Amino acid sequence: MADLRSTFIGIKSPNPFWLASAPPTDKEYNVVRAFKAGWGGVVWKTLGEEGPPIVNVNGPRYGAIHGADRRLLGLNNIELITDRPLEVNLQEIKKVKREWPDRAMIVSIMVPCNEDSWKAILPRVEETGCDGIELNFGCPHGMSERGMGAAVGQVPEYIEMVTRWCKQYSRMPVIVKLTPNITDIRYPARAAMRGGADAVSLINTISSIVSVDLDSFAPMPTIDGKGSHGGYCGPAVKPIALNMTAEIARDPETRGLPISAIGGITTWRDAAEFISMSAGTVQVCTAAMTYGFRIVEEMKTGLARWMDEKGFATIEDFRGRAVPNVTDWQYLNLNYVTKAHIDQDLCIKCGRCYAACEDTSHQAIFKEKDGKRHFEVNDAECVACNLCVEVCPVDNCITMVRQTEGVDPRTGRKINPDYANWTTHPNNPMALKAAE
Amino acid sequence: MADVKPGIAGGRLAHSDYAVNFGDIHPPLDAHEALVESDRCYFCHDAPCQVACPTAIDIPMFIRQIQTGHAKSAAKTIFDQNIFGGMCARVCPTETLCEEACVRMEAEGKPVKIGLLQRHATDDFMADGAQPYERAKPTGKVVAVVGAGPAGLACAHRLAMHGHEVTVFEARPKSGGLNEYGIAAYKSTDDFAQKEVDFILGIGGITVMHGKKMGAGLDLTQLQTDYDAVFLGIGLQGVNALGAANDDAAGVEDAVDYIAELRQASDLSKLPVGRRVVVIGGGMTAVDAAVQSKLLGAEDVTIVYRRGPAQMKASAYEQEVAQTRGVRIKHWAKPKAVIVKDGKAVGLTCEYTQEVNGKLSGTGETFDLAADMIFRAIGQTYVDATGGQLALEGGRIKVDDEKRTSVRGVWAGGDCVAGGQDLTVASVDDGRRAAESINLFLKA
Repeated sequence: MADLRSTFIGIKSPNPFWLASAPPTDKEYNVVRAFKAGWGGVVWKTLGEEGPPIVNVNGPRYGAIHGADRRLLGLNNIELITDRPLEVNLQEIKKVKREWPDRAMIVSIMVPCNEDSWKAILPRVEETGCDGIELNFGCPHGMSERGMGAAVGQVPEYIEMVTRWCKQYSRMPVIVKLTPNITDIRYPARAAMRGGADAVSLINTISSIVSVDLDSFAPMPTIDGKGSHGGYCGPAVKPIALNMTAEIARDPETRGLPISAIGGITTWRDAAEFISMSAGTVQVCTAAMTYGFRIVEEMKTGLARWMDEKGFATIEDFRGRAVPNVTDWQYLNLNYVTKAHIDQDLCIKCGRCYAACEDTSHQAIFKEKDGKRHFEVNDAECVACNLCVEVCPVDNCITMVRQTEGVDPRTGRKINPDYANWTTHPNNPMALKAAE
Repeated sequence: MADVKPGIAGGRLAHSDYAVNFGDIHPPLDAHEALVESDRCYFCHDAPCQVACPTAIDIPMFIRQIQTGHAKSAAKTIFDQNIFGGMCARVCPTETLCEEACVRMEAEGKPVKIGLLQRHATDDFMADGAQPYERAKPTGKVVAVVGAGPAGLACAHRLAMHGHEVTVFEARPKSGGLNEYGIAAYKSTDDFAQKEVDFILGIGGITVMHGKKMGAGLDLTQLQTDYDAVFLGIGLQGVNALGAANDDAAGVEDAVDYIAELRQASDLSKLPVGRRVVVIGGGMTAVDAAVQSKLLGAEDVTIVYRRGPAQMKASAYEQEVAQTRGVRIKHWAKPKAVIVKDGKAVGLTCEYTQEVNGKLSGTGETFDLAADMIFRAIGQTYVDATGGQLALEGGRIKVDDEKRTSVRGVWAGGDCVAGGQDLTVASVDDGRRAAESINLFLKA
């Protein structure tokens, strides 16, 4: 059986599945339940500075979008950092870490952007015996209005500055949690690295309004007739998180910077994908909030079984394997030709591929054969866009088949087995000319 | 304790059992169930379900409308094609129509529950008492419709929409045709047939005159004189004979009459039913008569059908409904003679049948079934009451694609026309098509 143990910036956990800093990690009761369920670690819900705790709204905190059968696809929240007293949290963290020494205990922190505030809280957190800290530079709602959270995360100089304070005033490993509410994720990641961060974690939630109540004409969740943007997470944000992870993983300046990936991770497969994109651990929140802590069992057994099937003994054996395959569009092989193919035995004849192709794409699917309902690809028109594959309700019914020889019936051009990309393409005015 | 009242008697069950036995066979979906089910629809291109629907309802569209929270829009989509969408949702053999064609049958053998979704939408709309359509400006044209069944009322409704004035002539005291007088009670509960008639007539411009029967005071030539157009939706008035000896004995009845009596009964416990019942036939009427006899408390109910399960007009699903309710289906047998004692039927002698080269014949071997009641359900026939004016085809009125008869100005639809499928939904389609044709004719 594959070994799921993880060592991430020196922090050991029995598996790479951590619970992200969020409601599931707000107090001892939840965290102990999570550890009993088998989670490898937690990032304790963000602590604020000493003093009267922040308050949360007393109305609804979440909104969501749903897929078929009300399956939750995206969750939005307007909850703030912990609203419990700092000392209570610190005591519980210390106790839980003592009772669960093999689990990773990271503490999330967000205090005002001045040196004294950070200097004050760091030793108190360190005293709990936790394994590391995560700097919450991501929270996009509420706290950002007070100059914290995403307000810091959107200014690389602030990230660098605060990260440096943390490294200066504590011996703890520092993970900087990045906000996706920025145009280019590489800048804050580089700043964190410059400030001495041991790792980055991403993504925090995305600024969002999930819906408008069409009776009250107010955003949801609605608090007494008004709504505020919240932070969006869940399966819907996974692609955004995966791309940002890849951007940092392949950026020459941040390559090798450890990443704890966050964003819509719901199944073992999601986790495997993020790890293959270089993540050392994965953090989960929405999936747990949707289905409860038990899902970690599926994640662990699924990941281990897949690793066994692939012959990977440890997480490190496949971590980062996808990174070299992420490239820029201009380097994609333009001589690579595929055509959609519909498996007639699997086809249920719903015609969705036809409707999508005929109405919105390339008119490359026939809908009839010998007077009968029958869907088949017209290779002479198929540009291999993959839309039919994505709208087909049957897994693997439509696949892309590579054409390796002969002529592409669409272009009339002979299949060229050689690799050639846009940088040398004759239509590219900027094409690199071969040396004379 | 088993009921052993001999012969033909009512009150075989405890009073409360009747309400249970004759309650909705398929209870309606609640809002949650409808959402879950509507999520299963793939919104197919040129959807096979729609192609399979005799009224060509845009099924993917109405399901999407339910799914997006607009059951009333869904109902409107249904009514556009089928004003009897409510009844069709209850009585259509969906298992051989839309649901058989559903691609999820191919995918996983479980079609989207189209019939129940249709009922959800139409119930939702009709609960409000609103009308889906406004009438066009009055045209001054008057149309006679004979028969207030699904074909006649569908025709009348569409004509009224187009602004014509319609008079419907109906022989029976209530409108609705077989929706009211045929069909198993558990498919149309809570007086739905009359509620639907009220809903359809609610558009206005339609006057129904009861007690008016073709050939008995109602004359086609006179109607042609008095009206700008005539539509005949007069159904089938004859019942095929058993072809068995002694079939005039007491206790031998037409299934359609018994079902009508049952549908009109105000107290089912007072409706007499045999302790042992035999139903001859293989269609929906046979199943409806058999199952309802069983539900009324008959001890043994047997359907005798001359061929095998595959040839029965009742679908495999209908056969299953019968069998799971305790009806025995005896295939490959035909009635030979009613066994009579003191003038009353006490049994039926049947002969085994066989099919040789497509031809059915008796084997000579017989068996006897005890029976206090024997129902004829071997099909109905068209009986001409127009003085032979109309050309026939296969014994029923010949019509073209627009449901025009051989006589100019006269249209016909429903069970009385050739090619009829003896389905409510097909009759509704005939009525609507005829109305559109009549409208073009009147505007010309």
